[in-house]
Amino acid sequence: MSDQSPPISLEDDQTPDGAAPSPEGEADIIETDYEIGQDNIQTNIGPFGLDIHNPVFLISGLSIVAFVFATLAFQNSLGPAFGALRTWLTGTFDWFFLSAANIFVILCIVLIVTPLGKVRLGGTEAEPEYSYSGWFAMLFAAGMGIGLMFYGVSEPITHYATSVAENAGTAESWAPLAGAPGNVAEAERLGMAATIFHWGLHPWAIYAVVALALALFAYNKGLPLTMRSVFYPVFGERIWGWTGHIIDTLAVLATLFGLATSLGFGASQAAAGLHFLFNWPDDTTVQVLLIMAITGMALTSVVAGLDAGVKRLSEINMVLAGLLLFFVLFTGPTASLISGFADNLIAYVEYLPALSNPVGRADDNFRQGWTAFYWAWWISWSPFVGMFIARVSRGRTVREFITCVLLIPSLVSVFWMTVFGGTAIEQVVNQSYQAVTDAELPLKLFVMLEQLPLHQISSFIGIVLVIVFFVTSSDSGSLVIDTITAGGKVEAPTPQRVFWATFEGLVAIALLLGGGLTALQAMAVSTGFPFTIVLLLACYAIIQGLMSEHQVVKEALAE
Amino acid sequence: MYRKIMVPVDLAHTDSLGNALQVAADLSNHYDAPIVYVGITTSLPGPVAHNPEAFTRKLNAFAEEQASRHGITGEARTYISHDPARDLDTTLMKAIKENGVDLVIMASHTPGMAEHLFASNAGYLAQHAPISVFVIRS
Repeated sequence: MSDQSPPISLEDDQTPDGAAPSPEGEADIIETDYEIGQDNIQTNIGPFGLDIHNPVFLISGLSIVAFVFATLAFQNSLGPAFGALRTWLTGTFDWFFLSAANIFVILCIVLIVTPLGKVRLGGTEAEPEYSYSGWFAMLFAAGMGIGLMFYGVSEPITHYATSVAENAGTAESWAPLAGAPGNVAEAERLGMAATIFHWGLHPWAIYAVVALALALFAYNKGLPLTMRSVFYPVFGERIWGWTGHIIDTLAVLATLFGLATSLGFGASQAAAGLHFLFNWPDDTTVQVLLIMAITGMALTSVVAGLDAGVKRLSEINMVLAGLLLFFVLFTGPTASLISGFADNLIAYVEYLPALSNPVGRADDNFRQGWTAFYWAWWISWSPFVGMFIARVSRGRTVREFITCVLLIPSLVSVFWMTVFGGTAIEQVVNQSYQAVTDAELPLKLFVMLEQLPLHQISSFIGIVLVIVFFVTSSDSGSLVIDTITAGGKVEAPTPQRVFWATFEGLVAIALLLGGGLTALQAMAVSTGFPFTIVLLLACYAIIQGLMSEHQVVKEALAE
Repeated sequence: MYRKIMVPVDLAHTDSLGNALQVAADLSNHYDAPIVYVGITTSLPGPVAHNPEAFTRKLNAFAEEQASRHGITGEARTYISHDPARDLDTTLMKAIKENGVDLVIMASHTPGMAEHLFASNAGYLAQHAPISVFVIRS
């Protein structure tokens, strides 16, 4: 009886008087004939319905499946190759990664202070959909999560130890800048400053740029929520063709490998913690089993949806992380940690110009092995975090948005690193407790907690946190990848999310077996490199998009 | 018998709604009960509209067109969902409560294997709604 269906035109988005529809209030819609979902294949595989973008889903899906099989088939020969790839990329292009990250930070600060910051995402009258606490919980859980657990103790202590060592400043040393050989106080400051540098403004600026670009072009310009839309000012209508397919496929692959790296860190740390606490064997079998169990939990969450699954878990995470943070703060050297917060901030500001300088430095190991790797890693999973932040950020002004995505998380990172790193350094310096320095990276957190009271409980909370952070990264990642591979449609059928969540787990397992963490890091860095170029173009698109938006709002106000 | 009828509408697939719309109009005439056409959208640009306002305009036009075609009283209500792939059921439950309807008429496909894993929206409503749900198979 389809002849009874009403004659409603889906292409026609015009108001009765012929004017283009605006979002709430004033906004500068981009006129395009592209219809969201027009390239999608809607079909059934067995009992399951699918709604996928052609060819982005097929290319990225097939390459991931092929990658998993190839890595598992040649697992013994691939390890060294991955290691060499990572070293080559971060060694050759370190200046490029460092300069790009500096540009992102500068752009964010410019946007806060100029009138462009007044533009509201979703139109002048749009209202925020999520409260600050829910928004913040989700962006933090997605943005750093496992990394904070993995590196919170291990990074400050490593930088401190290399800086204070006698060989600091030589070519073999891994110390930041010239180090501070023999000078305990200065090495402590430098160690904290270098850690905060990696977890402060730069990573959050990378996320902010991606998130802002996506939110602007979806909410204000009316284009689908996918990476290609950002490039409309650069490529015009060509983004609906192969130019856009390539950008979206890159975003999917970068996200998958970035996520898999985090999942690998999470699995190795959870396994190390379980070994430490309950004496479980710490081998790849346990890690693989952990990834499988945790992917199972992520599946449950992703099937429950954004509000019932991801948001709720992120909030649980915030509470648990807050508990652990304050526990360490009060059982650790409280007074020196609180004064350390200000001291570390000052040290950060003081060392920031030298640490972010991309050329003419002698600390190759540190700059290439730590900084360039971090930047590539953040960039590789910026499509994921950015898209996720974008999706929950409608109704905020650009200024509010950047303050909340750049400044506040940076301050929280500084506080987190101060508490965890500061406690560990204090143990080494004042209590001559060397175990933290000697422990493996994934174990350092638990070795530090052992010196505090109730360490059985706090270590256990630590393991639970790693696992829940793991789940939130995996489930929000699947949501994002699913949206990109569905051409920006957020209402695609659930089985597709199940597919992506499963394959994130499989990629992590394949890479762990086929070369360990080195393989994971190498893949994150190699997908991060092309994406850095994509992001630099996005900076131009943001400025372009915001200026036209600002113009429209100004004209509307003048009328 | 029935005082107010709710008809969930998927604006992207209005062609598959034919039977349900006709049955709803017939019952509306029979009981002299107004119809609420409920549409669900996200705040993101989608295949139907670029933003919630445009969606609402389309849904209103749809309701007006139905009302004049069938000679019934019809109104439209737009609901915004964050994650319609998963929140559709709960949003429809909310719409039932907020609009004070006592009958839901909705289209559904023929159930198959997949319904053992993921319940269909109509199946969910029929199982959980406190009021009558009339599921029209296409």
